Amino acid sequence: MLDPILLWSGLINGLLQGSIYALVALGLTLIYGVLHIINFAHGSLLMLAMYGVFLLFTNFGIDPYAALPILVIGMFALGYGLQRVLIGRASHGRDENILLVTLGISIVIENLALFFFQGDTRTIDVPYAFDSIEIAGVFVAIPRLIAFGAALLIAALLWLMIQRSDVGRAIRAVAKEKQGARLVGINVDHIYAVSYGIGIACLGAAACLLMPTYLVYPTVGHAFVLIAFTVVVLGGMGSFPGALLGGLLIGLCESFGGLFLGESFGQIGIFLVFIAVLLFRPSGLLGSRV
Amino acid sequence: MRTLAIIVLFGLVMAVLPVFGPTDFTLSFLTLMLLFAYLGQGWNILGGYGGQFSFGNTVFFGAGLYATVIVQVQFGLGPWLGLAAAILAGALVGLFIGWVSFRYGLRGSYFALVTLAFAEVFRIVANSVAITGAGAGLQVPLDPAPANLQFVGRESFYWIILALTVASLLLVWQMERSRFGAYLIAIRDDEDAARALGVDIFRTKLKAIVLVGALTGLGGAFYAQMFLYVDPHIAFGVAVSVEVLLVSIVGGMGTIFGPLLGAAALHLISEVARETMGNTPGLNLALYGALLVVMVTFLPKGLFGLATVSAGRLFKFRRS
Amino acid sequence: MKKPTRSGNTRISRRSLVKGSASLAALTALGGFPQVLRAQGAAVKVGVLHPVTGAIAFAGTQARIGAEMAIEEINKAGGIKSLGGAMIEPVFGDTQGKPEIAATEVDRMANEGIVALIGSFASSNTLATTQAAAKHGIPCIVDVAVSDKIVGRGLDNVFRFSPGFGKCSEDALNNLVKINTAAGGIAKTVTIIHEDSLFGSGLAGLLNKRLPDFGFEVIETIAHATPTRDFGNVVTKLRAAKPDLIVPANYYNEYVLLARTMLQQRVEAKAVYSVLGGAASNYRFVKEHPKAAQYIMDCNHWADPRKDGTKALRAKVEATGKFFTYEIPMNYDCLHLCADALERAASADRAAVKSALAATNWKGMIMPYQAVEFDETGQNIHALPVNTQIIGDDIEIIFPEDLATAEAVYPMPARG
Repeated sequence: MLDPILLWSGLINGLLQGSIYALVALGLTLIYGVLHIINFAHGSLLMLAMYGVFLLFTNFGIDPYAALPILVIGMFALGYGLQRVLIGRASHGRDENILLVTLGISIVIENLALFFFQGDTRTIDVPYAFDSIEIAGVFVAIPRLIAFGAALLIAALLWLMIQRSDVGRAIRAVAKEKQGARLVGINVDHIYAVSYGIGIACLGAAACLLMPTYLVYPTVGHAFVLIAFTVVVLGGMGSFPGALLGGLLIGLCESFGGLFLGESFGQIGIFLVFIAVLLFRPSGLLGSRV
Repeated sequence: MRTLAIIVLFGLVMAVLPVFGPTDFTLSFLTLMLLFAYLGQGWNILGGYGGQFSFGNTVFFGAGLYATVIVQVQFGLGPWLGLAAAILAGALVGLFIGWVSFRYGLRGSYFALVTLAFAEVFRIVANSVAITGAGAGLQVPLDPAPANLQFVGRESFYWIILALTVASLLLVWQMERSRFGAYLIAIRDDEDAARALGVDIFRTKLKAIVLVGALTGLGGAFYAQMFLYVDPHIAFGVAVSVEVLLVSIVGGMGTIFGPLLGAAALHLISEVARETMGNTPGLNLALYGALLVVMVTFLPKGLFGLATVSAGRLFKFRRS
Repeated sequence: MKKPTRSGNTRISRRSLVKGSASLAALTALGGFPQVLRAQGAAVKVGVLHPVTGAIAFAGTQARIGAEMAIEEINKAGGIKSLGGAMIEPVFGDTQGKPEIAATEVDRMANEGIVALIGSFASSNTLATTQAAAKHGIPCIVDVAVSDKIVGRGLDNVFRFSPGFGKCSEDALNNLVKINTAAGGIAKTVTIIHEDSLFGSGLAGLLNKRLPDFGFEVIETIAHATPTRDFGNVVTKLRAAKPDLIVPANYYNEYVLLARTMLQQRVEAKAVYSVLGGAASNYRFVKEHPKAAQYIMDCNHWADPRKDGTKALRAKVEATGKFFTYEIPMNYDCLHLCADALERAASADRAAVKSALAATNWKGMIMPYQAVEFDETGQNIHALPVNTQIIGDDIEIIFPEDLATAEAVYPMPARG
């Protein structure tokens, strides 16, 4: 019944959109895997990073892709500080307090953004925003292709870092056995903050890759955060390859859900998949700790 | 017994308050605060006493809200049947979600996320089917009369919501002393140990979530009667889910007065924030968020924790 | 204003009591001092209630700007003359986009003594505010809210300045038919893309029902959520179906994404004709995405650009670095309308102002209405939307003819 060109388009758009979801979810899954917390500030921190990209572009003419290292480092520092100074201290190790603190942080960030930017939607107009190539009848925007490639690359780099580097080994040790790691001399608070920082740094990268084709407003994070939870659960909490796979699958699910059930009602597909995974395979597709 | 006395005293003092001629604003403010104390108590039963965190309590709230409105608008029946329908709808949704997720043994963040997902599913469905009025929502015709459960004065709903809140306090007080309550707490503290002791985990959790569903659904019904309009966003948006867990945790979860203290504190804070930063949009809510973080930092066990600690200190001081 | 008064007070307090009262008497005799006192004492409080935080904060903030500018003007021009030059004192409120907060805010404002209430943008909030205000007998001037359920509920305190939903869609349809007929009936097929809440769905339903009556064929109606993160597939569908007309009805963000994606995928149509389009009548969109915005038509609220008041207000708004969106002139007008009612009522009594509003026949608006007159439900019978088109770097009115500032560019040329 459906035109084959639509199926083809559904596949391409699903994968491209899915890679963005994967990028946002990579940080969330790392934070969950190591700190075992659901980071409710994730969406608002993404928004903050997107405003960062916007400001760098409009005030200093820095291209979003050139801004990537700045954003990644900046967001890492912010994340490290937040965890070390605020979340770690305020939570007293209680799950419900972490929830409140991250929720509180997101309320503060969102409303400060509202205060400074007035709820206005901002976009940047890069010269290549409308460049697209045609792949067998479907137009694909170049910036979205770049985002796709970058998402794969970033997931691979993160995975390598966790598997091969000293920091990665320490992170894995803390994730598996906090007390044991402390006994062998690992500074657990530091590793927690590093993990949170890396998780937030991923949002910096995501913001740079999103802004050429997307827009930013104070509550933009809401549009991504629920999807990111879904991706994390689908992929397996704490797994990078899982987050990547989960992101792409959710992207496809949304895309084909939209085609078959309508753009509005099709959103239900995402959440039905989410519920099904939670019920039947709560460890996720590639579920194992970092 | 002391707890019971406090509840009764609280109910009496609050009930005579309208006699002293408070402004409508004071009454509306207190009504909203009490409504969230009541809805928060619902979250507290399952989350605070049972250890099952829900991120999607709005699903019960919305079910009750829609049930009340649909009964009146689509079936032309009265609001009293609407209330019954709301309790039933909330309980049924609770039974359904509880049965599905507890059958599959979901706990902790998995249970939290599944409730969140169900709320989204309900929102999308409500947005798409005809009986809910889809995206356009439904409106109950305005016709203030006690028989229609619509009132012009602010006192009536104030008393109704106060009665609900007091009833929920009594219910939890009773629950704390019942076998059911003991089972719930045992499950929260150590599920495996509770099972070893012969507690029927599934049944207990299911009972709790059905109770929460019915209570929260009834809250939704009165919200419907107050504002006479429902759309998918009001019913199943995240706002209610977040606020009910906020009031419970801030006040002190797993404590009988936690949600009430939390609701009072949060509503006062937001009022203070509005008074100080009122006309600069954003800053007032930012201040609210900051105060929330500060509060968690210094009161890790919630306000009720503070209250009991200081009461304990006072006691000690007197004895020595 | 404040400083001199304060220094005057300290001067008085420094003097001895006897001397002070003597000089006060002297001042009174001169007649300067009491006038200041009177002007300050008799301020009329007007509630200005919008969603300035939350998801629709942007529209609410813009609306508040319009109200503020009008109040400043009214006060500068000497306030309400029939009340001895009483100043209008705004009491601001924030609905946060939530009905329960909106209703509580009304009670707070009633407590602070407001005489009338302006607001509250979103339909669901306005339903709650008008109902809450009824108890206090506060007349409500509804600024933008489109739901037709707001009027005709038997509330005598509701006065909607703007056109409702039925009026907007009917006019949008009629104007479309006229524009198309004038161009030789070149468009036959239509695809509607709408957001899935009250405004988009309702509109799509009405258009679907009525378009075939005028010989149009609706190929597809696509509903999408707010927010939607990607329009890739929707636009591929458009490319495949090649409708003559694309009719979007959605909020700003989705509108911008859709328009940009259409440009990316080089969709061509005879026209993009939106109804209450979120971005199609927004200068930010025109300025930031001139290429994607070019030639888009809209049927929406729009201030009459030929009026001096519009030009002055627009210049004033743009001087502050803000964009001149329709919320601003509409609330600006609502405040002036309120001032007119106060003037005629010659009283700061709510019931008197309500009666004055009901008897309104006012022509001072900068919106392109013939007048403001309310029917028995409280609807302004002259309210109407107009057709705009983005041409070059401006938004021009193309229909109705008597208001037009430019010829419609239809069909639209290739934008590639």
